[in-house]
Amino acid sequence: MTVPVRRFDAVIVGGGGAGMRAALQLSESGLKTAVLSKVFPTRSHTVAAQGGISASLGNVQEDRWEWHMYDTVKGSDWLGDQDAIEFMCRKAPEAVIELEHFGMPFDRLENGKIYQRPFGGHTQNNGETPVQRACAAADRTGHAMLHTLYQRNVRANTQFFVEWMALDLIRDEAGDVVGVTALEMETGEVYIFHAKAVLFATGGAGRIYAASTNAFINTGDGLGMCVRAGIPLEDMEFWQFHPTGVAGAGVLITEGVRGEGGILLNANGERFMERYAPNLKDLAPRDFVARSMEQEVLEGRGCGPNKDYVLLKLDHLGPDIIKQRLPGIREIAIKFAGVDPIKEPIPVIPTCHYMMGGIPTNYRGEVVIPQGDNPEARVNGFYAAGECACASVHGANRLGTNSLLDLVVFGKSAGDSMVEFIRNEMPTWKPLPANAAERSLARISRLDNQTNGEDVTEVRTAMQRTVQARAAVFRNSENLAQGVKEIQEVAERVKRIQIKDKSKVFNTARVEALELENLIEVAVATLISADARKESRGAHAHADFQQRDDEVWMKHTLYYGDDRRLTYKPVHTKPLSVDYIPPKERTF
Amino acid sequence: MTDIDPVEIKRIRWRSRRGLLELDIVLERFLANGFDQLTTDELAAYRKCLELGDNDFLDYVNGKAEVDDPELAHIIGILRAV
Repeated sequence: MTVPVRRFDAVIVGGGGAGMRAALQLSESGLKTAVLSKVFPTRSHTVAAQGGISASLGNVQEDRWEWHMYDTVKGSDWLGDQDAIEFMCRKAPEAVIELEHFGMPFDRLENGKIYQRPFGGHTQNNGETPVQRACAAADRTGHAMLHTLYQRNVRANTQFFVEWMALDLIRDEAGDVVGVTALEMETGEVYIFHAKAVLFATGGAGRIYAASTNAFINTGDGLGMCVRAGIPLEDMEFWQFHPTGVAGAGVLITEGVRGEGGILLNANGERFMERYAPNLKDLAPRDFVARSMEQEVLEGRGCGPNKDYVLLKLDHLGPDIIKQRLPGIREIAIKFAGVDPIKEPIPVIPTCHYMMGGIPTNYRGEVVIPQGDNPEARVNGFYAAGECACASVHGANRLGTNSLLDLVVFGKSAGDSMVEFIRNEMPTWKPLPANAAERSLARISRLDNQTNGEDVTEVRTAMQRTVQARAAVFRNSENLAQGVKEIQEVAERVKRIQIKDKSKVFNTARVEALELENLIEVAVATLISADARKESRGAHAHADFQQRDDEVWMKHTLYYGDDRRLTYKPVHTKPLSVDYIPPKERTF
Repeated sequence: MTDIDPVEIKRIRWRSRRGLLELDIVLERFLANGFDQLTTDELAAYRKCLELGDNDFLDYVNGKAEVDDPELAHIIGILRAV
């Protein structure tokens, strides 16, 4: 079967903040650049980022990039690579000012400078006092960023392929990346995108969890493609959670609700946080509350038919306080939980929010994998940026407002690296391998021909329940080992998923099946990586190994999908220009 | 909706996938229950909603913002009730 080929200097998969920032760099350099996106770029999940983008501009209070770096290293629980963290924090002021010059409507101070608001974890003088470092465009920072970058890309003649889903990475015999295959949803046809360099900016994969704040499009497509192409995934055991998302929906209930006096109850009606945190009770730190909630569920004291959530009770506050101080929460509870908190408690569960791990890259956005003695050999022609990439700046735990920063700093850096690579090393296209589209065509053909197979929704639900039950915030050896077994059983079922609608044009059932094939790779990687890490660090809190163990475990996990094995590589302890920040106990 | 191109219906279903989870949930419910009963005019209005930015769309659906476009008011009313 002949597959049509389209040829570009650079192909970017993903039209969110990172993809569009990289594309801009390439297009403005005069390179022919394509951006493939499943949805219209301004409707990428970057739109959900409200909090802001951090940069040590010092517009409100004295600030330095070194302090931002310290906070990020500490936040990462010393799993972040200090060269990448220095790079990001140093570049942050320049990146924000550049966005401002692009026309992004930041909130301003009276003197005309960009306003900065406080945000958890950001401090002056290495942890001394909180600092106002987050630049925002009201509560729509992500939205403003997407629109700004989209307009600039249109001006720079970036070619957008909207409603195209990338299917597989194309590597040649040397292992170099020479393009991707992609499905045009409008026609159902598969194309080859032949490129001198490819960048993945495919976002997170939070949909592997039953409880997730991520939009439905966040299916880890780039990660799935990497696993199938023999590229390992880094630090997949680290996922950030919020304690109180609406069970079954994922929409967040702000912590302010507990601040106003809301309390958590188990199935027996017991205010269980009194047992775990006698002093702070329901106002204990976020991760502690989340683990306590999950322990209640695991010990059979969860609520509902599946005993898989706890209750957030507000009715004792009275209707006036609820209406006055928590109006948005009442709406959310009614709309997404189907309960009016004036009368009934809200079902809540710890909810996945952000993926710290991803495709292994360096601070130049180059994808790097072990080869011989080199733990980080460049994969020629392959780049990644944003949530799908692991640079690693977030390490074991991301600081709020560092994700938007990650998108623009590493999007630009990867774009620069690609321009340099194309100009200096890749004057023309490497030939496509003869079987370039074979894997993708085989996947689609299997879906079309599968009979007596498994239902996509049922298998996806089984995957999400398993990951939620075994690898959310409460982790122990027994639970993780059980999870590894269960998720591999689900992975076998994914091999037999079947679709009823075999039509070609805008076949969303086919797209969802292809997405599930990506999600399951991420889910297996998560369980296997988490099961192996016998310590507690950042978001990976292990009940049987409660301390951080720098001697043994200050290293990055690498997961290979072909034989589901793990290897490890060292954390970068040498910043670019400043002294190493040695590990300390992480107290607040 | 019998006179509408079935491909267009599939396209609209895909475009109901958004960048914000809250919208995904509301629109998923709507696609499962209500969407198939839309009149041609309502469907045209729904298509117009899909052109909105996600934050504006959600503010309408949540009742956080008033719908000033008379063409959209009716369909947003339907979505608010989902």
